[in-house]
Parts: sequence; C-alpha cells; structure tokens
Amino acid sequence: MPARDDIDTVLVLGSGPIVIGQACEFDYSGAQACKVLRREGYRVVLVNSNPATIMTDPAFADATYVEPLTVDMVTKVIAREAQRAGEGERQRAGGRGAAGEGERQRAGGRGSGGRMALLPTLGGQTGLNVAMDLAHAGVLERYGVEQLGAGLDSISVAEDRRQFADAMAEIGLAVARSGEARDLATARELAAQMGFPVLVRSSFTLGGAGSGVADDPATLDRLVTEGLAASPIGQVQIDESLLGWKEYELEVMRDHADNCVVVCTIENLDPMGVHTGDSITVAPAMTLSDVEFQQLRNASFAVMRRIGVETGGSNVQFAVDPTSGSIRVVEMNPRVSRSSALASKATGFPIAKIAALLAVGYRLDEIPNDITGATLAAFEPSIDYVVTKIPRFNFEKFPGVDGHLTTRMHSVGEVMAIGRTFTESLGKALRSLEDGTVGLTGAVDRRDGAALEAALRTPTATRLHDVDAALSRGWTTDRVAELTGYDPWFCDQLAQIVELRRALRACETLDNVDPWLLRRAKRAGFGDAMIAGLFGVDEASVRRRRRALGITPVFKTVDTCAAEFAATTPYHYSTYEDTTEVIHSDRPRIMILGSGPNRIGQGIEFDYCCVHAVQALSDAGYETIMVNCNPETVSTDYDTADRLYFEPLTVEDVLAVHDAEVAAGADDIGVMVQFGGQTPLKLAHALEAEGVRILGTAPEAIDRAEDRGRFGDLLSALAIRQPDGDVAATHDEAIAVAARIGFPVLLRPSYVLGGRAMAIVYDTDQLRDWLQANAAEGAVLVDRFLESAVELDVDAVYDGHELFVGGITEHIEEAGVHSGDSACVLPPFTLGRAQVSLLRDQTAMIADALHTRGLINIQFALRDEVTLVLEANPRASRTTPFVSKATGVPLAKLAARVMAGATLADLRDEGLAPPLDMAQAPPLPYTAVKEAVLPFNRFPGVDTRLGPEMRSTGEVMGIDERFGVAFAKSQAGTGAMVLPEKGTVFVSIANRDKRALIFPVKRLADLGFEILATEGTAATLRRSGVAAQVVAKHSEGVADGRSTIVDRIEAGDVDLVFNTPRGGIGPRADGYEIRTAAVRHGVPCITTLSGILAAIQGIEALRDGAVGVRSLQQFHADAVRGFDSAPVGRRS
Amino acid sequence: MRIERPAPALLVLEDGETFVGDAFGAVGTTTGEVVFNTSLTGYQEVLTDPSYHRQVVAMTTPHQGNYGTTEDDEEASSVQVAGFVVRAASRMHSSWRATGGLGATLAAAGVVGISEVDTRRLTRHIRSAGAMRAGISSEIDDVDALLEIVRAAPGMVGADLAREVTTAMVYDVAVPEPRFHVVAYDFGIKRNILRLLVDAGCAVRVVPATTPAEDVLTWEPDGVFCSNGPGDPAVVSYGIDAIAALLDAQVPVFGICLGHQLLGHAVGASTYKLPFGHRGTNQPVRDVERDTVEISTHNHGFAVDGTSLANADRFGAVMASHVNLNDGVNEGIVCHDVPAFSVQYHPEAAPGPHDGRHLFTRFAQLMARCAKGRAHAGA
Repeated sequence: MPARDDIDTVLVLGSGPIVIGQACEFDYSGAQACKVLRREGYRVVLVNSNPATIMTDPAFADATYVEPLTVDMVTKVIAREAQRAGEGERQRAGGRGAAGEGERQRAGGRGSGGRMALLPTLGGQTGLNVAMDLAHAGVLERYGVEQLGAGLDSISVAEDRRQFADAMAEIGLAVARSGEARDLATARELAAQMGFPVLVRSSFTLGGAGSGVADDPATLDRLVTEGLAASPIGQVQIDESLLGWKEYELEVMRDHADNCVVVCTIENLDPMGVHTGDSITVAPAMTLSDVEFQQLRNASFAVMRRIGVETGGSNVQFAVDPTSGSIRVVEMNPRVSRSSALASKATGFPIAKIAALLAVGYRLDEIPNDITGATLAAFEPSIDYVVTKIPRFNFEKFPGVDGHLTTRMHSVGEVMAIGRTFTESLGKALRSLEDGTVGLTGAVDRRDGAALEAALRTPTATRLHDVDAALSRGWTTDRVAELTGYDPWFCDQLAQIVELRRALRACETLDNVDPWLLRRAKRAGFGDAMIAGLFGVDEASVRRRRRALGITPVFKTVDTCAAEFAATTPYHYSTYEDTTEVIHSDRPRIMILGSGPNRIGQGIEFDYCCVHAVQALSDAGYETIMVNCNPETVSTDYDTADRLYFEPLTVEDVLAVHDAEVAAGADDIGVMVQFGGQTPLKLAHALEAEGVRILGTAPEAIDRAEDRGRFGDLLSALAIRQPDGDVAATHDEAIAVAARIGFPVLLRPSYVLGGRAMAIVYDTDQLRDWLQANAAEGAVLVDRFLESAVELDVDAVYDGHELFVGGITEHIEEAGVHSGDSACVLPPFTLGRAQVSLLRDQTAMIADALHTRGLINIQFALRDEVTLVLEANPRASRTTPFVSKATGVPLAKLAARVMAGATLADLRDEGLAPPLDMAQAPPLPYTAVKEAVLPFNRFPGVDTRLGPEMRSTGEVMGIDERFGVAFAKSQAGTGAMVLPEKGTVFVSIANRDKRALIFPVKRLADLGFEILATEGTAATLRRSGVAAQVVAKHSEGVADGRSTIVDRIEAGDVDLVFNTPRGGIGPRADGYEIRTAAVRHGVPCITTLSGILAAIQGIEALRDGAVGVRSLQQFHADAVRGFDSAPVGRRS
Repeated sequence: MRIERPAPALLVLEDGETFVGDAFGAVGTTTGEVVFNTSLTGYQEVLTDPSYHRQVVAMTTPHQGNYGTTEDDEEASSVQVAGFVVRAASRMHSSWRATGGLGATLAAAGVVGISEVDTRRLTRHIRSAGAMRAGISSEIDDVDALLEIVRAAPGMVGADLAREVTTAMVYDVAVPEPRFHVVAYDFGIKRNILRLLVDAGCAVRVVPATTPAEDVLTWEPDGVFCSNGPGDPAVVSYGIDAIAALLDAQVPVFGICLGHQLLGHAVGASTYKLPFGHRGTNQPVRDVERDTVEISTHNHGFAVDGTSLANADRFGAVMASHVNLNDGVNEGIVCHDVPAFSVQYHPEAAPGPHDGRHLFTRFAQLMARCAKGRAHAGA
C-alpha cells in the first residue's frame, strides 16, 4: 500500500534542548523525517524548542513552532493548526486557495480532509513523554489527531517495568528479576530478596537519570532517594544485577504488513553495568555465533510484536551470559534512539527516514534503498567493515564528581570510526576523540598491581588505557578479561596492538622499521602521531616515510550490502588496502571540515553551521565534501553533502581525504575550516603547510584574533578599547599584571573554547590558588573583570568590502558568566540606535583589519556608555544558529558563499541576503530569547552558580512579541526552570544586589507570591514594606536544629529560588546548599540579578493571560517586511 | 620483541586478477570457483555446507573465526569448501560453545585459506566480472604458475557435483512417534534440514542422489524431500528423472536449492547460471501468495528461469511462489496439479534468519492433506 491520503498533516515533535542522554541524534532523525514527509506531500508541523537544530530551519517544515515541548504549548499548536485546517477547508469550499497566514502551500499536497497525525517516535524520550501526556489529557482525541508509529498502549508497556516484564514472560523471554518501589522501605526489601549488587532505575526518565548500581545498603538508600525525586511518577525500579554479562543492542524495523528486519547489531565492549551511551560499542557484533545471533534476532521481533509497535524502528537491548548463553531482555525503546542514529551511520540504512515512511503507510518493500538506488529497504544491511563508537566525557568541568561509569549516562558526545578491522576502527575512533588521545600508547604507568587491578575492575572513561597498561606489563588476556568483563576476543585484539607497538619500538628508529611492519601497524589503526611518539619524531616525518614507502590509505564505501551491489552514494572511510573507490569529478569541489564529537563548549551549533555551508555551496553548484566523525549529526548524513568521509579530524586523516579528492579531480580543492569550531581550526596551519588551500579568513588572521598581544595591538591601532589586561607567562607575572590593572580579574589559559578553567578572582590569594591548580596550562590571560557590564554578541559576515550584521544579542546575565551559559536576547533590549551603529562600525573595522572573509563574532562589553571589545572570532560562533533562527537570515550560508568568492552584493541580487542588515533595519517586531540548559541534575552535588567556565550542554529559544512571554517560554523550554505563576519564592541575595531587587520582589509579593528570605534579606525587604517570612540558613540549622531553607525546599514548599552568590570562589557555603537542593528537587533557581529581573517580567507575562504560539515562518515574514523597509538612518 | 612476518599466500583469478595475503589454514594449493558470501555470522555453517563443494569462498565480513568452531554448527561431517578467503583471521576464539579454532579446523581438514586479503576489492571484481575459477596457494609464489593451474581447473557449468558429495549409502533418522515417513534425496544435504524435518514429525530415510524413484516408491513414503547441493542442475538428469517419476505417482515433493532447480527441470522449466549468484543471509524474498517479505539465506549460482515457468506444463500449472526483491530472480515454485513445491533459498537457515521455517510445516501439511486424500480414495 502506498502512503496514506486520509491524513494531510503530520505533527512531528522534536526532542528539545541538547541534554546528556538526548543530543543531536534527534536532530538528525527529525530532520530526515521532516524532509521525507514533505517530499511525500504532507504538511509537516514541527514543535521543537531548540534553535540550534537543522530540523527547525524553516525549510524543513511547513510550520515550525520553536516553542517549549510541554503539553500546554503543544496543545496550543494543535489547536492553532486545527483552526487553520478548518479555515483552509472553508476557503477551499469557497473555491479559493488555502494559503494561510503567509505560509506557503505546496503543489501536490495530500488529502483534503485536514486530518492531522502525530508522529511521536522521533523526538526521543521527550517527544514520547509529551505524546503520552497529550493522549492522557484527551487532547489527541479532542482534535481527532491519530498517533502514528507506536500507540499509547505500546509506549506504556515498553516504559513501565512491570508491564514490560509481564509482557516478556508471556512470550517466553526472561528479564532480570525486578520490582518497583515508591518508598525506601520497599526498595530495601526488594534488594534484600535479590541480594546485592542491585540496579536502581528511576521510572520514566531519559538517559538513566536517577539510576545506578548499589553494592551496599548505603548506596541503595542514596540512589533510591535520588531516583524517587528524579522520577516524574515518584517510582524507582530495583533490578537483579547482570554485571559482567555481555550487552547487545538490535535495531529493528517493522512495517504494517508485519515485515521485520534487523538493521544492525551492536556489541558493547563494556559489559552490563555501564549505560550503553557511556559504553564503547562495536558493530557488527563480534563474538556471537550465528546460532546465538538468530536467537536474539527472533527475540527482538517477538518483543516488537508483543509491545505492539506497528510501524517504525525500535531498539531492543539484551544481556547474554558469557558462560552459558542465557539471555535476558534488558529494555526496548519503541522509537528511534541514539543507537538507531549510530546504526544508521554505521550501515547506511537511514532508520528515521524509513520509520517516517512506514508510519504513513509504506511497507519496507515499497521503499528504495538510497545507497544502491537499485534495491529496496526490505533487507538487512551486511557490512564489510567494523564500526567503533567511543563516548566523549566532560567530567573535568564538574569538580568533585567521581568519574565512575554506571547505568546513568554521563557522556556528552561520541565519536564513531570505520575501519576494516576492529583494531583499525578503534585506533581511528581514539584519535577522533580530540582529547589529546592519539591511540593506545602504552604510557608509562607506575601503579602497583593492586591499583591496576582495581582500575580494571572499575568502569571509567579511561579504562581502555588501563587495559593497555595491564597488557603492556604482560598480564594475560584472560586475566584482563576476567577483571574488566571485556570479552577475551577483544582483549586479544588489544593485545595485538600492544605487540605491534612493541615490535615498532624494538626497531629503535623509524627508518629501521620494515615496510611490512609499518604497513601492518597502519592496518591496525596506528595513527602517524602515535607512531611518531614511539620514535620521538614529529608526525610529518612519519607521513614522509610512509609516503616514500607507498604506504597510503585507500577509501572504501559504506554501501549497506558489502559490495554485492554497486553504490551510488559516495560515503567513504579510509583503510590500508589495495584499491580506492573514490570516483572522478570535474566539478569544482569544496571540502568542509566538521566539528567532531559534541562536548560542552562545542556542540550542535557548529554542526548546524557546517550543514548550512554545505547546503549553500551545493545550491551554488559546488560539489561538497564533508569530513566528520560524529555519528549524531546531520552533517554525517549521507544525504547532506555530495561526498561524505567518516574520518577523524586530524591532520593525517584530513590530508588523506584531501589527497584522495585531488587525485580524483581536475581542479584544486578549497577547504573550509571556519564552521566546525576549534576542531578544524586547530588543523589549519598544518594543512596549509602541506599546500592545502584554505578558503575564507586566513588561519593567520584567526590566530591574530586569538593572540592577546597581537589583537591588542590591532585594537589600539583602530582606537577601539578593550578591558585592561595582559598575557602572563609566569605566576609572578600574572600577580604583577593583576596588581597593575586591579581586582577582580578574569583568568583564562590561552587558546580555549568553552571557557575551560576560566575563573574570576577577587584577590591575590584566590589568584595564587587558581595558578596552582592550572599551572600546567601555559600562558595565562589576565584581564580586568568588568562587574555589572552588559555583554553583547555581534554576529556578522564580511566580504572584504562590506559588512552584514546578522544580529546583535544582549546577554541577560552580566559579563563574567560564560556567553554559552548566559541567556541572551535579540534584538538587544537596552541598546539605542546610536549604540547599535557604533557596534556595527567597530565590527566592520575589526573585520576589515583581520582581513575577514566570512563570519565574524565579536563580544562587546558595555559599561557606562563605553564599549569594550572582549574578544573577536573570525569564524562561526555558538550564537550563529540562534541569530539565524531568530531573524530568518541564514548567516552561515552567506558566509560560505562569501568564502567561496561571492560578494554580499551578489548574494543580495540572488535574494539570499536581505537588502538591509540587522543593524540597519528597524528592530524586529518580536523578541527571541536564548536560554542555556545545564546538566546539573546529572552531577548531583556540583555547584550550579554560573561562572566564566561554560557548563551548559544545550539551549532553547523562546520567541514572542513580548519580551516577558519570550523569556517565560525560554525558561519553560529548559524543562528545569519553569517559572511558577504563584506560590512561594525564596530570596537570598548578596548585599550589592539588595537595592536593585527590593521593588521586583515587592512586585512578586503584590502578585500574591509568598516570600521566604534569610534573616538579612528579610530585614531589608521589611524595611521597604515587603512582608517576608524568615527562614533559617542551612548553616544555622546545622548549628541549632531549626528547620532550614534546605528542609523547606526538600519538603516541596518552595516554587522558585532567587540566590545571588557573593563574589569569589568561596567554600561550600549556604548558597551552595540552597542551589544544589533546588536542582535535586527540580525547583528553578536563578543566580544572577538580571536573570531575576527577567524572570519577574516572565512571571508577570504568564499571569497576564494567554501565551500564544506562532510559527517561525510567520515571525520571519514579519522580519522580512522590516529588512525591506528603508534604512533607519535615512528615514526622514 | 619482534613479530615474524607470516608466511605469504597468493590468490589468483582466472582473468589474472591477483591478491597477496597471508597463509591461513592448510599449507598447499587449491582451486575452485571463487564466490563471495555476505553473512555477518555463521562461517562454520558455510564452510561445512556441501553446496560450496569445489568453491573458493570469500567472506565479505572482515573478522572470521572470532567465536571458534563446534561440532554443533557443522552442516556436514567435514569442511566442504575448496578454499577460504578472509580479511582478518582470528588467532584466538572466544565462546562458551567453542571446542576448536577456525584456523586449526581448516588445517585439520586440509583446506587451504588466505587472510589479510582486500576482500572488498575481490567482491567488487566478482560482482563486475562474474564468478570464475581461482586458486589459492601458500606454496607457489609465482603468479603465472598459479594462473596456469587455475586455468586448467574445471569450471562450474556442466559440472555434476552432487554425485561427489552425496551419501554412499542409505541411512535413517528416526523419531519416536513419526507423523510422516519422508525420503530425503541427498544431493549435499545440510544437517539442519534433517533437524527441521524431524521437528516437523518426520522419520527421514536419507538416500544417495542417484537412487531411482522406483526404489523410493517401494517404501511408500508420505513425502519426498530433495536437498540442496552443488553444481549445475541441468546435468543432474538422474535427479530430474526421479522427481518426474515421483510427481507421476502423486507423491508430495518439497525441494530446497538444487532440489528446487531439479523440480523446475522435472516440470519443464529451465535453469541458468547467474553472473555471481546469491550467497548470504540478508536476501529479501517476497512470498507472492502471502504478500510478505522474508529475509533469507541464499547460496546459489544457478537459478530457475522465471520466464520458463509459463510453458512448464509437464505436470500441469506451475507458478512462481517466491521472487528475490533485489533482482527479481525466481526463488520458489508451487505446482497446482501435483503436490509439489520448492524454494531456491534456504528456509533451514544455518546460518541465517529463521523467517522461512514455516515451509517445513507447510510440507507436513501437504503430506497430511495427501494422506487424507489417499485415505478417502482408498475408502
């Protein structure tokens, strides 16, 4: 049966902000689905609060609602769309076109009944939860919205542990013994029955929040308490431990005719006990015989049928006892997932896209396989290579958190690598991580045997290197396997790496290495940098030696079928074998380097920029080449660039791609390094030195902007101010600089992104402490910190003659909070036209002085009417997607074209750039607020106060005609900071902020909020006529046993916390206790003065009445009217 | 520590395409038709499948030998392939099921292999140039010398190989309370077929490929099964004649693989050689009648010509029951006027998906229906 025509609109729910456990893989999935559904002629309505996603680009849906993913807001979207359909119906009946509200109606649209269907299986756990809530609330029924993919019942059975266990028992499959508890006593009883260790999981939470392994009663108590708090239904699951069992995941698809296929089988290197998102995983399964694999395959279909997922993809996880082959079903996700994104990239089988087509009525045997073009989606991919995924962690940003891996996910990103063997893919994956790892180097290890044994027993982010250490000492693979729970086969593979490394070392010099041995090492995944390290030479020497010996990689193709059929999609990976498969091209080609693994400070925003660059260049007739190693992204969809190379972003690997492409074409190739964040920038010089042509702003100019001294000279020459400061090479110098410019000072190691180790210190002691802790980092930048200055970001494109300002965003938090963690507003709300013009002029001057061709982002501080430049980045910035999403102007696309040689005038002629830029046009008739989303709920005990080191994982956008509403939406979108409309507010503020906050707090009291305050704050408030109830500080309670604010938060008495910390890096003080208690209990906690003021505006707006929803397409239509109007300056 | 360079080996195709790798398995020289198999798992079942007799099998999945070998996974009593080509041979294995290692198993069986081969290059070559003769040697390091040996080796067209792999004598596979008595023609039968027949309640008498139909009919079986096997079906005239005689006698017949091709010939259809065949465990087959897709195991270089079915009327009407979704190749037939059906693919799997297992039930149902018919006729 072809696609259904009894529905004409499909509502797609995104997954909201990037959080740990739910990252940009859902942008990849959602973007695929939206694209294919539109191609099928459906009207696609999308709700997603995340502006950094590709899927929320207006071109991906007919109506894109960047609104919080809450039942309330999605209901409003459904109501609005239903109303629109009704109007369309009447209009059609009246014989007129149905173009509603400026949204484009496509020719050949489906159906006319206006029936809407909801596709909830693409937006991760968030999308699924919202869909369930909508169904429970009767919204879907009220508006006649059909739920596609997985029904309410299926989702409930899959999600509810007990129902799931019963369902599995019905089909003869075993699950781990388990029980659920709504209180501690029951949990203890269950654990006693099963015996320790037991697993604790919080019900209905994503990525395993509130979960862990309990080895003893104390740990059990802690985990259960956290788990009960994290669960939206106040329930935890206690499970039999399957520690040490092997873990497998099957990605399964089913169509409405009950045809089922397994797309991919993934084996976890880490055994059960580590969240699959935190495990090193390998595809296909390496250590399963066919007999065992077919058991899992049959079981996975049985599970999908029993759960009742009628169409779409599911992920089924199994535990297998390595000593007996016994199987337990661990869980099933009736939706696309992180693993399905990985499986799609690993096989070339686009699960989300196929799932969307199945949902609207197609069968697997009616859908073509894009890769071969000749076969169908009804098959099981066969892969003739090995894929390894390694998670990327950011534990260093959360001091005090132990780095043990558990069933609760902590990784913030991942890399994937493809090789023809496990060792090759592992080696490539390790050097893709971009955390300094060049491979398994057998670094000197002085631990005693007991310490190493303990390390092998404990899953951590570095356990693979511990295994390397043990094998290097000559420990047997069996012993290592026993201690780690890794399958002995994997341990032997790792031992082969150790042996090869030893054989290389034994040659003593690079020139002594037999060509055969060098080739074998390259085939085993040894990077040039790793080999260089063995001989104490530089990487370039290894490259020269290799090339002299003719040891260069070839490129093979990911084709879903192990070469059985010809592939038409150039999706390549490198390996050291005989022949290459890169095909010749005569078109001009541009290579775009991606951003590598997601991490805090460099996330989806840069992938968005890369994808936009690809799109713009493709549209302009270039053949685009993408190089990246992050399987979660849209950029690594084979559908994005003309040619995709899934490769590590290292000099070695990028050069190899470049060489292969040069060999396959007549023309020189241009490379763009400015879109993928620091990752490609770090390679720029080495690539240039090898003769690679870098397009756009020269790497040298980017350096100049990053070099404090040289950039300072540039600004001086332009007579533009920057905060006093200097570069200090030594501790003494740093202290001297601080003394000269005065405290507080902002400290940062040079060359950082995401504010790694940045701090503000208020006196010499704090400065000394910081230097002590960060001594190894090299040169230090010491800058005068501007207290209570307003921070602004200008994002612009410069073509060498002309500047186009894409947007000016004003930070809500004052300078000192990392720009990535700060909420920001567009258009700027405190700036006058004169200041906007001044910022534009200064941006143009700096852009010109840096010889910018393409994007430039400049951060300004504004204090007492003086603008100071904090930094300039002549490259894509984290705010680029937000600005583009808010204004409708695709900045990264403009930049890519400019870098390829077009002028802004050309782009205006093409209609890609509007006539006026954002600093020339009248202010937008609406406001967009970007809010950061912080992962504190994953790191219990970590202080939540914001500072100069970035810690957010994602962002949301709120957009509305009124600032207050936009801000309230942005808070609601975070899921953690939802502003209350009534209730109790706790206020504890630093003395310097008290004056500024009296009237805002009074306003809340007037609105009927009950005010709680610590004694000092309460006294201040009382003097101004605000009745505040006094509550004891945590420290006071500890002293005399009174009920404290922490108790009140834990009792659920507090709905909102205002807490501005005192300056300095204080000890764990009262503020810390308050903030962590708030995070534990999901109470919004605002820690800056300006944030509090914005929140109060938001609360007022919420209480003011209905908060409406409106699509981006409509907002942008309003914006366009502004761009087309006369320049502000010339108005008479 | 030094690593000794492993002994080299050569793989040469009859068109001169040459691959250099490491010696693996037995040391020596071997020739056969080189084919590729895309199964992700199940190397031991492949190696011991008699249908691969006289073929040099290249696995597209790089790592082979990871989980070792066990008697439980043998499809026949010894390794059947003529040679084995892999990218990465595991030097150790890990599985609670394993009793031995792959390299040792090959060496013990005297089967020559080669590892560290760019098997993807080989597969792409076979895909474009077709399956052809090839030789592996870990003794001869001269390409031309090996090429000469390869070109002197016999080809697959016209090769009657079932004779070489069939059982020498009749044997019985008993079940406690059989529902059916089945005679199985062994053209190279896989053990899992026997297991599944037994599971379907059949007591099976396995007979040599050349057993005349008259002998079979004297046992009055409830049905006859025609097994898989190697070689060119067109020259297995003894098998084709026997099936025709059984159809004449209205005995229910179920064929798999070579058995399917022989049934095709018996009813008047023709067969042809595919350019490079289907070998793997991920082949989609449409069941025309049920309108569903099964993912199935394939191992065939020849096929029944689907276009010849319309005129195949020696036993009444016959129709295509299964079609390969990838390339439209016929994968099954069903007779309307005699109780016979067959499939080109392997419902017994081993290795591969179990999607087609219901065909054994279907055979049982067919036998039950015919038995009932005979009872009625007799009454």
